[in-house]
Amino acid sequence: MATKLTNAQIAWRAAQDLPDGAYVNLGIGFPEMVAKFKPEGRDVIYHTENGILDFGEAPPAGEEDWDLINAGKKAVTLNAGAAFFHHADSFAMVRGGHLDVAVLGAYEVSENGDLANWSTGPGSVPAVGGAMDLVHGAKQVWVITDHVTKKGEAKLLKQCRLPLTGVGCVTTVFTSLAVIDIRNGRFVLREKLPGISLDELQAVTEAELVVNGTIGDLIVPEV
Amino acid sequence: MSKVSPDIDDAIAGIEDGMAVMIGGFGGAGAPIELIHALVERYKKTGSPGNLTVINNNAGNGAVGIAAMIYAGMVAKMVCSFPRSSDPRAFTERYLAGGIGLELVPQGTLAERIRAGGAGIPAFYTPTSFGTELANGKPIAEFEGRKYVQERWLKADVALIKAELADRKGNLTYRKAARNFSPLMAMAATTTIVQASRIVSPGEIDPEQVVTPGIFVNRIVEVANPKQEEALLREGAK
Repeated sequence: MATKLTNAQIAWRAAQDLPDGAYVNLGIGFPEMVAKFKPEGRDVIYHTENGILDFGEAPPAGEEDWDLINAGKKAVTLNAGAAFFHHADSFAMVRGGHLDVAVLGAYEVSENGDLANWSTGPGSVPAVGGAMDLVHGAKQVWVITDHVTKKGEAKLLKQCRLPLTGVGCVTTVFTSLAVIDIRNGRFVLREKLPGISLDELQAVTEAELVVNGTIGDLIVPEV
Repeated sequence: MSKVSPDIDDAIAGIEDGMAVMIGGFGGAGAPIELIHALVERYKKTGSPGNLTVINNNAGNGAVGIAAMIYAGMVAKMVCSFPRSSDPRAFTERYLAGGIGLELVPQGTLAERIRAGGAGIPAFYTPTSFGTELANGKPIAEFEGRKYVQERWLKADVALIKAELADRKGNLTYRKAARNFSPLMAMAATTTIVQASRIVSPGEIDPEQVVTPGIFVNRIVEVANPKQEEALLREGAK
Protein backbone atom coordinates (compact mmCIF):
# COMPACT_ATOMS: atom_id res chain seq x y z
CA MET A 1 0.00 0.00 0.00
CA ALA A 2 1.12 3.55 -0.75
CA THR A 3 2.73 5.69 1.91
CA LYS A 4 0.01 7.63 3.67
CA LEU A 5 0.02 11.40 4.10
CA THR A 6 1.43 12.95 7.24
CA ASN A 7 -0.81 15.17 9.38
CA ALA A 8 0.90 18.22 7.90
CA GLN A 9 0.12 16.97 4.41
CA ILE A 10 -3.53 16.35 5.30
CA ALA A 11 -3.70 19.91 6.66
CA TRP A 12 -2.02 21.20 3.46
CA ARG A 13 -4.60 19.44 1.27
CA ALA A 14 -7.55 20.85 3.26
CA ALA A 15 -6.03 24.34 3.14
CA GLN A 16 -6.02 24.28 -0.69
CA ASP A 17 -9.83 24.20 -0.63
CA LEU A 18 -10.29 27.27 1.62
CA PRO A 19 -12.31 29.77 -0.45
CA ASP A 20 -11.02 33.32 -0.84
CA GLY A 21 -12.73 35.63 1.64
CA ALA A 22 -13.96 32.76 3.83
CA TYR A 23 -14.71 33.03 7.54
CA VAL A 24 -13.18 29.91 9.03
CA ASN A 25 -13.00 28.23 12.42
CA LEU A 26 -10.18 25.77 13.01
CA GLY A 27 -10.69 23.32 15.87
CA ILE A 28 -8.17 22.99 18.67
CA GLY A 29 -5.02 20.97 17.95
CA PHE A 30 -4.43 19.31 14.57
CA PRO A 31 -6.91 21.54 12.64
CA GLU A 32 -4.97 24.66 13.71
CA MET A 33 -2.23 23.41 11.38
CA VAL A 34 -4.42 24.21 8.34
CA ALA A 35 -3.70 27.95 8.74
CA LYS A 36 -0.02 27.32 8.08
CA PHE A 37 -0.76 26.05 4.57
CA LYS A 38 -3.27 28.66 3.37
CA PRO A 39 -2.40 29.36 -0.26
CA GLU A 40 -0.61 32.64 -0.90
CA GLY A 41 -2.86 35.49 -1.96
CA ARG A 42 -6.03 34.00 -0.53
CA ASP A 43 -7.73 35.99 2.24
CA VAL A 44 -9.14 33.93 5.07
CA ILE A 45 -10.56 35.41 8.27
CA TYR A 46 -10.23 33.14 11.27
CA HIS A 47 -12.83 33.00 14.01
CA THR A 48 -12.10 31.76 17.50
CA GLU A 49 -14.95 30.83 19.85
CA ASN A 50 -13.63 32.84 22.75
CA GLY A 51 -14.31 36.06 20.91
CA ILE A 52 -11.96 37.18 18.14
CA LEU A 53 -12.35 37.54 14.39
CA ASP A 54 -9.23 37.92 12.25
CA PHE A 55 -6.50 36.77 14.58
CA GLY A 56 -3.05 36.04 13.22
CA GLU A 57 -0.02 33.96 14.05
CA ALA A 58 1.41 33.25 17.46
CA PRO A 59 3.62 36.02 18.85
CA PRO A 60 7.33 35.38 19.46
CA ALA A 61 8.08 33.65 22.77
CA GLY A 62 8.16 36.19 25.59
CA GLU A 63 5.78 38.59 23.83
CA GLU A 64 2.55 36.76 24.65
CA ASP A 65 -0.44 38.67 25.96
CA TRP A 66 -2.53 36.08 27.81
CA ASP A 67 -5.68 38.15 27.35
CA LEU A 68 -5.18 37.58 23.61
CA ILE A 69 -5.64 33.84 23.12
CA ASN A 70 -7.49 31.40 20.90
CA ALA A 71 -9.90 28.65 21.87
CA GLY A 72 -6.94 26.34 22.48
CA LYS A 73 -5.71 28.95 25.00
CA LYS A 74 -2.62 29.62 22.90
CA ALA A 75 -1.40 33.19 22.52
CA VAL A 76 -2.25 34.83 19.18
CA THR A 77 -1.82 38.22 17.51
CA LEU A 78 -4.36 40.40 15.70
CA ASN A 79 -4.52 41.24 12.01
CA ALA A 80 -5.53 44.75 10.98
CA GLY A 81 -9.33 44.78 11.05
CA ALA A 82 -9.71 42.31 13.90
CA ALA A 83 -12.72 42.45 16.22
CA PHE A 84 -13.52 41.36 19.78
CA PHE A 85 -16.98 40.25 20.89
CA HIS A 86 -18.60 38.41 23.76
CA HIS A 87 -19.46 34.71 23.79
CA ALA A 88 -23.12 35.01 22.81
CA ASP A 89 -22.17 36.99 19.70
CA SER A 90 -19.37 34.54 19.00
CA PHE A 91 -21.75 31.61 18.99
CA ALA A 92 -24.34 33.59 17.04
CA MET A 93 -21.67 33.67 14.32
CA VAL A 94 -21.40 29.90 14.70
CA ARG A 95 -24.99 28.74 15.16
CA GLY A 96 -26.40 31.46 12.94
CA GLY A 97 -24.66 29.93 9.93
CA HIS A 98 -22.30 32.86 9.36
CA LEU A 99 -19.09 30.83 9.18
CA ASP A 100 -18.15 29.39 5.81
CA VAL A 101 -16.00 26.50 6.99
CA ALA A 102 -15.26 24.71 10.24
CA VAL A 103 -12.35 22.26 10.27
CA LEU A 104 -12.44 19.60 12.97
CA GLY A 105 -10.70 16.41 14.01
CA ALA A 106 -12.59 13.13 14.39
CA TYR A 107 -12.61 9.79 16.15
CA GLU A 108 -15.26 8.51 13.75
CA VAL A 109 -17.36 9.77 10.82
CA SER A 110 -20.35 7.92 9.41
CA GLU A 111 -21.52 7.92 5.80
CA ASN A 112 -24.52 10.10 6.61
CA GLY A 113 -22.20 12.75 8.06
CA ASP A 114 -22.50 11.96 11.77
CA LEU A 115 -19.39 12.99 13.69
CA ALA A 116 -17.94 11.57 16.91
CA ASN A 117 -15.04 13.67 18.16
CA TRP A 118 -15.69 14.67 21.76
CA SER A 119 -15.89 11.61 23.97
CA THR A 120 -14.31 8.16 24.01
CA GLY A 121 -17.08 6.99 26.32
CA PRO A 122 -17.35 6.51 30.10
CA GLY A 123 -14.32 6.50 32.36
CA SER A 124 -12.81 9.88 31.66
CA VAL A 125 -13.80 13.45 32.42
CA PRO A 126 -16.20 14.52 29.67
CA ALA A 127 -15.40 17.81 27.92
CA VAL A 128 -17.20 19.15 24.86
CA GLY A 129 -16.24 22.82 24.44
CA GLY A 130 -17.66 24.35 21.26
CA ALA A 131 -17.59 21.23 19.06
CA MET A 132 -21.35 20.55 19.22
CA ASP A 133 -22.08 24.17 18.27
CA LEU A 134 -19.53 24.33 15.45
CA VAL A 135 -20.91 21.29 13.64
CA HIS A 136 -24.26 23.04 13.25
CA GLY A 137 -22.96 26.44 12.35
CA ALA A 138 -20.64 26.45 9.41
CA LYS A 139 -21.88 26.09 5.84
CA GLN A 140 -19.23 23.39 5.35
CA VAL A 141 -17.87 21.13 8.08
CA TRP A 142 -14.58 19.50 7.15
CA VAL A 143 -12.93 16.70 9.04
CA ILE A 144 -9.20 16.09 8.82
CA THR A 145 -8.05 12.73 10.11
CA ASP A 146 -5.93 9.68 9.61
CA HIS A 147 -7.94 7.24 7.48
CA VAL A 148 -7.79 4.55 10.20
CA THR A 149 -7.24 4.42 13.96
CA LYS A 150 -3.83 3.80 15.51
CA LYS A 151 -4.85 0.13 15.69
CA GLY A 152 -5.61 0.16 11.96
CA GLU A 153 -9.40 0.04 12.37
CA ALA A 154 -11.72 1.97 10.11
CA LYS A 155 -12.78 5.49 11.18
CA LEU A 156 -15.12 6.02 8.22
CA LEU A 157 -18.07 3.94 9.25
CA LYS A 158 -21.65 2.98 8.42
CA GLN A 159 -22.61 4.22 11.87
CA CYS A 160 -20.55 5.84 14.60
CA ARG A 161 -20.04 3.77 17.73
CA LEU A 162 -18.71 6.51 20.01
CA PRO A 163 -20.93 9.27 21.47
CA LEU A 164 -21.98 11.67 18.72
CA THR A 165 -20.96 15.30 18.44
CA GLY A 166 -23.56 15.98 15.76
CA VAL A 167 -25.90 14.25 13.32
CA GLY A 168 -25.53 14.58 9.55
CA CYS A 169 -23.16 17.52 9.82
CA VAL A 170 -19.88 16.62 8.05
CA THR A 171 -19.58 17.68 4.41
CA THR A 172 -16.02 16.60 3.51
CA VAL A 173 -13.38 14.31 5.01
CA PHE A 174 -9.70 14.84 4.23
CA THR A 175 -7.82 11.71 5.29
CA SER A 176 -4.30 10.35 5.04
CA LEU A 177 -5.40 8.37 1.96
CA ALA A 178 -8.28 10.20 0.29
CA VAL A 179 -10.62 13.17 -0.02
CA ILE A 180 -14.23 12.12 0.43
CA ASP A 181 -17.35 14.26 0.15
CA ILE A 182 -20.53 13.29 1.95
CA ARG A 183 -23.48 13.60 -0.42
CA ASN A 184 -26.99 12.27 0.22
CA GLY A 185 -25.83 10.01 3.00
CA ARG A 186 -22.96 8.41 1.04
CA PHE A 187 -19.19 8.68 0.98
CA VAL A 188 -18.37 10.01 -2.48
CA LEU A 189 -14.70 9.52 -3.34
CA ARG A 190 -13.21 12.69 -4.83
CA GLU A 191 -9.47 11.94 -4.67
CA LYS A 192 -7.23 9.10 -3.54
CA LEU A 193 -3.50 8.58 -3.35
CA PRO A 194 -2.38 7.39 -6.79
CA GLY A 195 -0.47 4.48 -5.23
CA ILE A 196 -3.51 2.87 -3.62
CA SER A 197 -6.18 0.95 -5.46
CA LEU A 198 -9.88 1.50 -4.93
CA ASP A 199 -10.14 -2.00 -3.46
CA GLU A 200 -7.33 -1.29 -0.99
CA LEU A 201 -9.02 1.95 0.05
CA GLN A 202 -12.40 0.25 0.40
CA ALA A 203 -10.78 -2.43 2.59
CA VAL A 204 -9.90 0.21 5.23
CA THR A 205 -13.26 2.01 4.93
CA GLU A 206 -16.26 0.38 6.59
CA ALA A 207 -18.97 2.14 4.60
CA GLU A 208 -19.17 1.89 0.84
CA LEU A 209 -17.17 4.37 -1.23
CA VAL A 210 -19.22 5.72 -4.10
CA VAL A 211 -17.50 6.78 -7.32
CA ASN A 212 -19.22 9.41 -9.44
CA GLY A 213 -17.19 9.99 -12.57
CA THR A 214 -13.43 10.11 -12.29
CA ILE A 215 -11.36 9.85 -9.13
CA GLY A 216 -8.74 12.59 -8.82
CA ASP A 217 -5.16 11.90 -7.75
CA LEU A 218 -4.40 13.09 -4.21
CA ILE A 219 -0.99 14.62 -4.74
CA VAL A 220 0.56 16.58 -1.90
CA PRO A 221 4.07 18.02 -1.71
CA GLU A 222 6.49 17.27 1.10
CA VAL A 223 5.68 19.87 3.76
CA MET B 1 -24.69 57.31 42.79
CA SER B 2 -21.64 55.19 43.47
CA LYS B 3 -21.37 51.43 43.23
CA VAL B 4 -17.78 51.47 44.43
CA SER B 5 -16.87 49.23 47.36
CA PRO B 6 -14.08 50.39 49.68
CA ASP B 7 -12.24 47.06 49.48
CA ILE B 8 -12.48 43.52 48.13
CA ASP B 9 -13.89 42.00 51.31
CA ASP B 10 -16.68 44.55 51.26
CA ALA B 11 -17.31 43.82 47.59
CA ILE B 12 -17.73 40.08 48.14
CA ALA B 13 -19.85 40.40 51.30
CA GLY B 14 -23.14 38.54 51.19
CA ILE B 15 -21.95 35.54 49.16
CA GLU B 16 -23.44 32.67 51.13
CA ASP B 17 -23.33 28.88 51.35
CA GLY B 18 -25.09 27.07 48.52
CA MET B 19 -25.18 29.99 46.12
CA ALA B 20 -24.72 29.76 42.34
CA VAL B 21 -21.73 31.86 41.32
CA MET B 22 -20.93 32.78 37.73
CA ILE B 23 -17.25 33.54 37.22
CA GLY B 24 -16.12 35.36 34.10
CA GLY B 25 -13.16 34.25 32.04
CA PHE B 26 -12.12 31.75 29.41
CA GLY B 27 -9.11 29.93 30.73
CA GLY B 28 -6.99 32.69 32.25
CA ALA B 29 -8.32 35.53 30.10
CA GLY B 30 -10.85 37.47 32.16
CA ALA B 31 -10.55 35.40 35.33
CA PRO B 32 -11.19 37.73 38.31
CA ILE B 33 -8.35 36.25 40.34
CA GLU B 34 -8.38 38.77 43.19
CA LEU B 35 -12.13 38.40 43.80
CA ILE B 36 -11.84 34.59 43.68
CA HIS B 37 -8.86 34.49 46.02
CA ALA B 38 -10.55 36.83 48.51
CA LEU B 39 -13.49 34.41 48.54
CA VAL B 40 -11.14 31.45 49.07
CA GLU B 41 -9.45 33.27 51.97
CA ARG B 42 -12.83 33.99 53.54
CA TYR B 43 -13.78 30.33 53.22
CA LYS B 44 -10.52 29.19 54.79
CA LYS B 45 -11.02 31.56 57.75
CA THR B 46 -14.74 31.15 58.34
CA GLY B 47 -15.85 27.96 56.57
CA SER B 48 -18.18 29.96 54.36
CA PRO B 49 -19.24 30.29 51.59
CA GLY B 50 -19.18 26.56 50.83
CA ASN B 51 -21.33 24.17 48.79
CA LEU B 52 -21.19 26.56 45.84
CA THR B 53 -22.27 25.90 42.27
CA VAL B 54 -19.70 27.55 40.02
CA ILE B 55 -20.49 28.45 36.41
CA ASN B 56 -17.51 29.05 34.10
CA ASN B 57 -16.35 27.72 30.74
CA ASN B 58 -13.67 25.63 32.42
CA ALA B 59 -13.05 23.99 35.79
CA GLY B 60 -9.79 25.51 36.91
CA ASN B 61 -6.15 25.18 35.98
CA GLY B 62 -3.19 24.52 38.28
CA ALA B 63 -3.91 25.63 41.84
CA VAL B 64 -5.08 29.24 41.36
CA GLY B 65 -8.47 30.78 40.66
CA ILE B 66 -11.30 28.25 40.38
CA ALA B 67 -8.80 25.43 40.99
CA ALA B 68 -8.00 27.07 44.35
CA MET B 69 -11.73 27.12 45.17
CA ILE B 70 -11.97 23.41 44.34
CA TYR B 71 -8.87 22.53 46.38
CA ALA B 72 -10.28 24.52 49.30
CA GLY B 73 -13.39 22.33 49.14
CA MET B 74 -15.94 25.11 48.64
CA VAL B 75 -17.33 23.95 45.27
CA ALA B 76 -20.11 21.33 45.18
CA LYS B 77 -20.76 21.47 41.45
CA MET B 78 -19.28 22.89 38.25
CA VAL B 79 -21.40 23.97 35.29
CA CYS B 80 -18.99 24.23 32.35
CA SER B 81 -18.22 23.17 28.79
CA PHE B 82 -14.61 22.08 29.06
CA PRO B 83 -13.32 20.83 32.44
CA ARG B 84 -9.86 20.20 31.04
CA SER B 85 -6.78 22.41 31.08
CA SER B 86 -3.01 22.11 31.02
CA ASP B 87 -3.19 21.06 34.69
CA PRO B 88 -6.75 19.94 35.50
CA ARG B 89 -5.89 17.90 38.61
CA ALA B 90 -7.95 19.96 41.07
CA PHE B 91 -11.20 19.15 39.29
CA THR B 92 -10.27 15.76 37.81
CA GLU B 93 -9.19 14.11 41.05
CA ARG B 94 -12.23 15.32 42.95
CA TYR B 95 -14.60 14.45 40.10
CA LEU B 96 -13.29 10.91 39.64
CA ALA B 97 -13.54 10.43 43.43
CA GLY B 98 -17.18 11.52 43.32
CA GLY B 99 -16.51 14.64 45.35
CA ILE B 100 -17.78 17.26 42.91
CA GLY B 101 -20.71 17.42 40.50
CA LEU B 102 -20.53 18.31 36.82
CA GLU B 103 -23.15 19.67 34.46
CA LEU B 104 -21.50 19.59 31.04
CA VAL B 105 -22.96 22.17 28.64
CA PRO B 106 -21.85 22.84 25.05
CA GLN B 107 -20.00 26.15 24.98
CA GLY B 108 -22.42 28.07 22.77
CA THR B 109 -25.38 26.69 24.66
CA LEU B 110 -23.75 27.75 27.92
CA ALA B 111 -23.31 31.28 26.60
CA GLU B 112 -26.86 31.45 25.26
CA ARG B 113 -28.39 30.00 28.46
CA ILE B 114 -26.63 32.72 30.45
CA ARG B 115 -27.70 35.39 27.95
CA ALA B 116 -31.28 34.09 28.14
CA GLY B 117 -31.12 34.18 31.94
CA GLY B 118 -30.10 37.80 31.80
CA ALA B 119 -32.65 38.67 29.12
CA GLY B 120 -35.70 37.09 30.77
CA ILE B 121 -36.08 34.30 28.20
CA PRO B 122 -36.86 31.09 30.12
CA ALA B 123 -36.11 28.68 27.27
CA PHE B 124 -34.98 28.58 23.66
CA TYR B 125 -34.29 26.05 20.90
CA THR B 126 -30.86 25.33 19.45
CA PRO B 127 -29.57 22.78 16.91
CA THR B 128 -26.58 22.19 19.20
CA SER B 129 -26.48 18.72 20.80
CA PHE B 130 -29.43 17.35 18.80
CA GLY B 131 -29.02 13.59 18.48
CA THR B 132 -26.30 13.45 21.17
CA GLU B 133 -26.30 12.25 24.75
CA LEU B 134 -26.22 15.86 25.98
CA ALA B 135 -29.77 16.26 24.62
CA ASN B 136 -31.13 13.30 26.62
CA GLY B 137 -34.38 14.18 28.38
CA LYS B 138 -34.72 17.58 26.71
CA PRO B 139 -37.76 18.51 24.60
CA ILE B 140 -37.17 18.38 20.83
CA ALA B 141 -39.11 20.44 18.30
CA GLU B 142 -39.01 20.78 14.54
CA PHE B 143 -38.82 24.20 12.88
CA GLU B 144 -38.75 24.57 9.10
CA GLY B 145 -37.86 20.92 8.67
CA ARG B 146 -34.95 20.79 11.11
CA LYS B 147 -34.85 19.47 14.67
CA TYR B 148 -33.84 21.55 17.67
CA VAL B 149 -33.23 20.98 21.38
CA GLN B 150 -34.92 23.03 24.07
CA GLU B 151 -32.51 24.58 26.54
CA ARG B 152 -33.38 26.59 29.63
CA TRP B 153 -32.04 29.85 30.93
CA LEU B 154 -29.24 29.90 33.46
CA LYS B 155 -29.15 32.44 36.26
CA ALA B 156 -27.00 32.89 39.32
CA ASP B 157 -27.02 34.58 42.70
CA VAL B 158 -23.69 36.26 42.06
CA ALA B 159 -21.40 37.03 39.14
CA LEU B 160 -17.70 37.77 39.65
CA ILE B 161 -16.36 39.80 36.76
CA LYS B 162 -13.01 41.28 35.73
CA ALA B 163 -13.20 44.54 33.80
CA GLU B 164 -10.58 46.91 32.46
CA LEU B 165 -12.31 50.24 33.14
CA ALA B 166 -15.35 50.89 35.28
CA ASP B 167 -17.00 54.17 36.12
CA ARG B 168 -18.79 54.76 39.42
CA LYS B 169 -22.13 54.07 37.74
CA GLY B 170 -20.94 50.60 36.74
CA ASN B 171 -20.33 51.04 33.02
CA LEU B 172 -17.60 48.62 31.96
CA THR B 173 -15.01 47.97 29.29
CA TYR B 174 -12.93 44.82 28.97
CA ARG B 175 -9.42 44.07 27.81
CA LYS B 176 -9.01 42.22 24.47
CA ALA B 177 -10.40 38.67 24.51
CA ALA B 178 -10.87 38.82 28.30
CA ARG B 179 -14.49 39.86 27.90
CA ASN B 180 -15.75 36.41 26.70
CA PHE B 181 -18.58 35.40 29.10
CA SER B 182 -18.47 38.46 31.37
CA PRO B 183 -21.03 40.73 29.64
CA LEU B 184 -23.50 37.81 29.69
CA MET B 185 -22.87 36.84 33.29
CA ALA B 186 -23.21 40.44 34.40
CA MET B 187 -26.79 40.32 33.08
CA ALA B 188 -27.69 36.93 34.52
CA ALA B 189 -26.77 37.31 38.20
CA THR B 190 -28.80 38.89 40.98
CA THR B 191 -25.66 40.60 42.25
CA THR B 192 -22.82 41.40 39.85
CA ILE B 193 -19.50 42.17 41.49
CA VAL B 194 -16.73 43.67 39.38
CA GLN B 195 -13.02 44.10 39.88
CA ALA B 196 -11.74 46.79 37.54
CA SER B 197 -8.14 47.73 36.82
CA ARG B 198 -9.17 51.38 37.08
CA ILE B 199 -12.27 53.18 38.29
CA VAL B 200 -12.95 56.44 36.51
CA SER B 201 -15.51 59.21 36.77
CA PRO B 202 -18.78 58.92 34.86
CA GLY B 203 -18.21 60.40 31.41
CA GLU B 204 -14.63 59.27 31.16
CA ILE B 205 -15.71 56.13 29.31
CA ASP B 206 -17.08 57.22 25.94
CA PRO B 207 -20.71 56.00 25.83
CA GLU B 208 -19.92 54.59 22.37
CA GLN B 209 -17.31 52.33 23.97
CA VAL B 210 -19.29 50.97 26.93
CA VAL B 211 -19.53 47.18 26.63
CA THR B 212 -21.53 46.40 29.78
CA PRO B 213 -23.95 49.19 30.77
CA GLY B 214 -24.04 49.99 34.47
CA ILE B 215 -27.59 48.70 34.97
CA PHE B 216 -26.13 45.17 35.04
CA VAL B 217 -23.53 45.98 37.69
CA ASN B 218 -24.02 46.21 41.46
CA ARG B 219 -20.59 46.57 43.05
CA ILE B 220 -17.18 47.64 41.80
CA VAL B 221 -13.81 47.43 43.46
CA GLU B 222 -10.57 48.73 42.01
CA VAL B 223 -7.77 46.17 41.66
CA ALA B 224 -4.89 47.96 39.99
CA ASN B 225 -2.42 45.73 38.11
CA PRO B 226 -4.53 42.60 38.51
CA LYS B 227 -2.93 39.18 38.32
CA GLN B 228 -3.50 37.30 35.08
CA GLU B 229 -4.22 33.62 35.73
CA GLU B 230 -2.14 32.27 32.84
CA ALA B 231 0.77 34.55 33.76
CA LEU B 232 0.50 33.40 37.40
CA LEU B 233 0.64 29.75 36.33
CA ARG B 234 3.62 30.38 34.09
CA GLU B 235 5.40 32.03 37.00
CA GLY B 236 4.95 28.72 38.82
CA ALA B 237 2.21 29.76 41.23
CA LYS B 238 1.14 27.08 43.65
